[in-house]
Amino acid sequence: MTVLMNSTLPTRRRSLGTLIGIAVIIAASVIGYFLFPNNLALLTRIVATMLLVLSIDLVTGYCGVATLGHAALFGAGAYGAGIVSAHFGITEPLTMTLIGAVAGALAGLVSGLVILRAHGLPQLVLSIAVVHLFHEVANKASSWTGGSDGLSGITTDALLGLFEFDLWGRTAYVYGIVLLLIVFVLLRILVQSPFGMLARGVREDPVRVAAMGASVHSVMLRMYVISGAVAGIGGALNAISTQVVGLDSLSFTLSAEALVMLVLGGTGSLYGAMVGTVSFMWFEDVVSAANPFHWLTIVGALLIVVVLFAPKGLYGSAAAFLSRRRGGGK
Amino acid sequence: MSLFEVKNLRKNFGGLAVTNDVSLSLAPGDRLALIGPNGAGKTTFVNLVTGHLKPDGGSITLAGEDITGVKAMQRVQRGLVRSFQVTRLFADMTPQEHVALAILQRDGKSTRMFGRHDAMRQVVEEVGDILNLLGLSELAHLKVREIAYGQQRLLEIALAMALRPKVLLLDEPAAGVPQAETARIERALDMLPPDLAVLMIEHDMDLVFRFAKRVMVLAAGTVIFDGSPQDVTQDVAVREAYLGSYANAGSAA
Ligand SMILES: Nc1ncnc2c1ncn2[C@@H]1O[C@H](COP(=O)(O)OP(=O)(O)OP(=O)(O)O)[C@@H](O)[C@H]1O
Ligand SMILES: [Mg+2]
Repeated sequence: MTVLMNSTLPTRRRSLGTLIGIAVIIAASVIGYFLFPNNLALLTRIVATMLLVLSIDLVTGYCGVATLGHAALFGAGAYGAGIVSAHFGITEPLTMTLIGAVAGALAGLVSGLVILRAHGLPQLVLSIAVVHLFHEVANKASSWTGGSDGLSGITTDALLGLFEFDLWGRTAYVYGIVLLLIVFVLLRILVQSPFGMLARGVREDPVRVAAMGASVHSVMLRMYVISGAVAGIGGALNAISTQVVGLDSLSFTLSAEALVMLVLGGTGSLYGAMVGTVSFMWFEDVVSAANPFHWLTIVGALLIVVVLFAPKGLYGSAAAFLSRRRGGGK
Repeated sequence: MSLFEVKNLRKNFGGLAVTNDVSLSLAPGDRLALIGPNGAGKTTFVNLVTGHLKPDGGSITLAGEDITGVKAMQRVQRGLVRSFQVTRLFADMTPQEHVALAILQRDGKSTRMFGRHDAMRQVVEEVGDILNLLGLSELAHLKVREIAYGQQRLLEIALAMALRPKVLLLDEPAAGVPQAETARIERALDMLPPDLAVLMIEHDMDLVFRFAKRVMVLAAGTVIFDGSPQDVTQDVAVREAYLGSYANAGSAA
């Protein structure tokens, strides 16, 4: 009985955590909207990138898979949504997003099948090879993708038949926030489910997971597919909001930057992924405007400081600090 | 017919025969101790039969079925469960989560993507029972990295119990546990289901004598003794194998 009663405590705290998360996302979006009314395109790009970083967190933070090729999944979603609009006249935004998710999930399945064959450093190298392959395929199939010129001619209907995607990017921004909220809630459910617990087990000790009779490979592959769907939604959002898809959405650079954002925020937590993305992209924007010559140096210096002094990332370190304070106060 | 049967198992590591023609069989309810000097190949034997290592020869049968080529995780699903000589647990997870995961896995529910283990009544109750049985209730919500090693050893046993195996292979369950706490490990071993077949590797001879009804001695990969605990200390070959290394064996355990 005591165990039963004890166990309701963390349960409630975690549902509360989800509600707080939703409230914080909404509050931050409203503040962003009023602070930067002329820069909604940047905010939408941050949201799309956030979906990519969340997606990396699922495989890296929760399952312990090292990847520098995750933009392949994001780009697959972007091209999937873009191509059906530009070539097949499927311009309904929800359908485009769904197709982006499916394309991302398929890319996740394919790259998962390749990357999960190896471990550690070889795994990292395979992930880089995968994103280069995706990039090359998109480059060569220029009749479909526009090659290095990028895919243009993407048109989008009004959202729900009511809200046109306007020039200021208001609709795209709100749509992005709604997508982010939906993904956030679904991922909270996922990471707290038995499967989420199993995934954490895989990250901490795959041998123990196997000794329990579970298939480590199948856990990681499933997570890769889910992660692909999330990244694909991010890619589709990018295609819908910018109406172009460039090869950079499938690049090694984007993969590496997104991983850096995750490490900056803290791996293994949805909040860490989101905090890392906002901090990195906001900082990059400010610094590159203030000092266009040395901004990369400054971003690099910031990263070194964070990794050395807050190895759990901005969110991870703050959360650890708070829980220590709380523990000490008792 | 025996529940678990190993025949002529062989394994070489770079020319060294670490497992040399080892055979053994277990029936439900058996309590067998596998002892031997350090490096005798005891852990390797467990790694081979559980599928963590691939044998060079020999066969393994569980409940009448040949499992020699079966994947490690499927052997677990069929009821062949092991514990580890050096604790393998999830440092950032709680004992409650560990046991819940084992139960969910056993019941084929560990890949469910919705719902929470701590909201599943039956899981919570069973977790409570198992942790209670092993005296770990107080620690249910602490992270494993925060609990003492002796208690982590108990949690290893809890995980094995939660999987409800037919055959359990315990690799030095008391290794690394302070002398004062081995009694708790021993009590946990007493609470294993009576019809479970148990093979226990152990260096602590007092524990071996109290636990086992049968003892096998492995030296340099070969079985040199198989018989009752009373006879093992009298056996000349066993004495020779342990000479010089018995003192080490006790302290290095
Ligand atoms: N993967 C491996 N590769 C090469 N040699 C190995 C491997 N695993 C074990 N060995 C060697 O096989 C021998 C038997 O090791 P094993 O761990 O099975 O001994 P043990 O009887 O469990 O000893 P202890 O009582 O110290 O746990 C040792 O000499 C060890 O060095
Ligand atoms: Mg050993």
